[in-house]
Amino acid sequence: MSSQTTKLKVDPRDGKLAMAHFYVAFIALTLGGLMGLLQTLVRSGKFELPWGIDYYQILTVHGVLMGLVLTTFFIMGFQYAAISRTAGTHSPAARRIGWIGFWVMTVGTIMAATMVLLKEASVLYTFYAPLKAHWIFYLGMTFVVIGSWLDGAAQIMTYARWRRENPGKPSPLLSFMAIINTVMWIVASLGVAATVLFQLLPWSLGLVDTVDVLVSRTLFWYFGHPLVYFWLLPAYMCWYAIIPKIIGGKIFSDSLARLSFILFLLFSIPVGFHHQLTEPGIDPAWKFLQVILTFMVIIPSLMTAFSLFATFERFGRSKGATGLFGWFKVLPWKDARFTVPFIGMASFIPAGAGGIINASNQMNQVVHNTIWVTGHFHLTAATSVVLTFFGITFWLVPHLTGRVLTKAMNKLAIIQGWVWFIGMAFMSGAMHFQGLLGGPRRSAYSTYGDSAQAMEWIPYQIAQAVGGSILFLGIILMIIIFVNLAFFAPKGEEEFPVGEAENLDEKAPMIFENWKLWLGITAALILFAYTIPFIDMIQNAPPGSPGFKTWGSW
Amino acid sequence: MHMHKFEKIWLIFGIGALVVFLSVVGVSAFYLGNKPPSCLTTIDPEKVDTQAPFDKPGLNKVEGKEWDYELVYVASAFSYNPTEVEVPLGAKVKVMATTKDVIHGFQVAGTNINMMLEPGYINEIVTTFDKEGEYLVVCNEYCGTGHHLMSSKIKVVK
Amino acid sequence: MAKAELKTNKKTEIEDSSSLKGTLASVFFLGIFLVVTWLSVYFLFLDRF
Repeated sequence: MSSQTTKLKVDPRDGKLAMAHFYVAFIALTLGGLMGLLQTLVRSGKFELPWGIDYYQILTVHGVLMGLVLTTFFIMGFQYAAISRTAGTHSPAARRIGWIGFWVMTVGTIMAATMVLLKEASVLYTFYAPLKAHWIFYLGMTFVVIGSWLDGAAQIMTYARWRRENPGKPSPLLSFMAIINTVMWIVASLGVAATVLFQLLPWSLGLVDTVDVLVSRTLFWYFGHPLVYFWLLPAYMCWYAIIPKIIGGKIFSDSLARLSFILFLLFSIPVGFHHQLTEPGIDPAWKFLQVILTFMVIIPSLMTAFSLFATFERFGRSKGATGLFGWFKVLPWKDARFTVPFIGMASFIPAGAGGIINASNQMNQVVHNTIWVTGHFHLTAATSVVLTFFGITFWLVPHLTGRVLTKAMNKLAIIQGWVWFIGMAFMSGAMHFQGLLGGPRRSAYSTYGDSAQAMEWIPYQIAQAVGGSILFLGIILMIIIFVNLAFFAPKGEEEFPVGEAENLDEKAPMIFENWKLWLGITAALILFAYTIPFIDMIQNAPPGSPGFKTWGSW
Repeated sequence: MHMHKFEKIWLIFGIGALVVFLSVVGVSAFYLGNKPPSCLTTIDPEKVDTQAPFDKPGLNKVEGKEWDYELVYVASAFSYNPTEVEVPLGAKVKVMATTKDVIHGFQVAGTNINMMLEPGYINEIVTTFDKEGEYLVVCNEYCGTGHHLMSSKIKVVK
Repeated sequence: MAKAELKTNKKTEIEDSSSLKGTLASVFFLGIFLVVTWLSVYFLFLDRF
């Protein structure tokens, strides 16, 4: 079978690199989580930041650490380990490139973080030119992206080796999925690399005087939407290919899982305009075209929902469950490796519903830049994705450190998952409702001159602070679990679960591994969605903008 | 590649729902005029104050157009000009705004008036103010230290 | 080989109609939830100026 070359254990040398990524990721979670807590407290109106710390400074730290550092480091560590487990130990050359990538990302993170702490870069992680940060901030961000490319290159090398050694065979499912995500990330991050290297860096260094704001934003959002799918796909990897093994069931369909990942590669990228629906300078017809493409990317998620329910139902019925929903009860609710990601999956239902609303062209006017959007991505990224990452941590970290998840830690992990759920229900729920009333996102506490409307928002902001405090408790629990699994848990062997397909006779079609074809279609869709509006933007550009620094210094 | 019958049913339903959503917003946008704010007109951000209509911020009655009034705003860190305005109930108004410096948001809370203001571009939306009340205008795009203090007021009066 | 394939196909088809009713019901609950939330915001959009 296709699993003949797979090893049961990740090689310790690969494990060490994956763990290095996880250390950085969990440091980012701790600091970023603290910043998040402070933000919700400030917005409740009951608390002020001490020592001249600025709300927008901690907002920048929270966004950069959670959105870029935690996610990118965790994902690269996880995918690196998953490929090592399913496609074989990385070669010394691949491992060396992986380490270089890790260090380049880490140095970049430190450069960017330093500038933010010095109040030289309170521009939020979405950059917002013509706000002009210190050039070291932009260079640091460039390093993070380039480092992630090197990390990705290491994964691609090992995948390519597997393909050479196994001609005519479909690659292991987890490896295939990881490579799809890496390839999507590389194609997408070309956009942010372009705006930083060709616009923001020369401008912040003083080599050019002005910047084209709309071009910069468009390049950013070309990257910004696939970015969120880059976070989501590793969670889908876990749901499709790992959870079935954890519960003792089978992958519903290997081929359909691959098909959904191909669809994500094709349709995650040419959709950035749905973040720019209310912006001037972009023709509404082109916006609507990208709205249609955005709706295409919903289809693989609809497929995923079916596959997951089917995996659960088949497993439940094999255990003798009866009735329409009897299978639901026999799922292993006492296993944190299942329960915590399951909470993540369930959260994706309201998260997805909100996403469809956000992308619905003019309906975006109801919610654009309101705190509804913040509530939305705290369900997608900060619940579905993050709880699945935690669920992965519960077995992957002990697997890599040669320890085991004890019963006590398993119990604490389940408590952690429910604490997160409750905290998020308060915080994200309140954000959604406040957003519908018009409450803005990315804003410090304000009564807007005691305006009646703004006064209505304050109870929701207090609910967010309650939720934020509960969530911070969840982060503390998670740090305890991580430190235990990394350093203190008893020695032993923890399994790296890899699911098997229900129908082993059905081989995945080899066309899925035809990269020329898929990259070709990806490029064609991107060119189709972006070429004409981009030319319009450049030809009809207004005078460029000089830089502004509208935030305070130390 | 095999697909279960139930999955086919589900995907037909799901994709059908997406097609309906798209058709509804598409028809509403392109046939009923509810396109999201997407003005293509540019302006020199350094000359905003001297250029019509931004040399006269506020509510201006106009003749011979599809709308009765133009409500003109100039945004800059961290304020809108005008800071308060009264609009007669039922007036059809073209709201026009631009920024002199960084990116700002322009949202009339509790309404569909929600648009991005970017240096070099004018943005606009046409709407009928058909509900009485006092509406808060907030900047909903991060613009700097005073972002959360940037606001204005619209009173819709009989 | 051809025989074996036939056999598996048959097996899949039997399962086709028997054991995924709960899945179908679940995804339809999900679908209805998506439609209801979308419609509620759409009506909010229509109601506002």
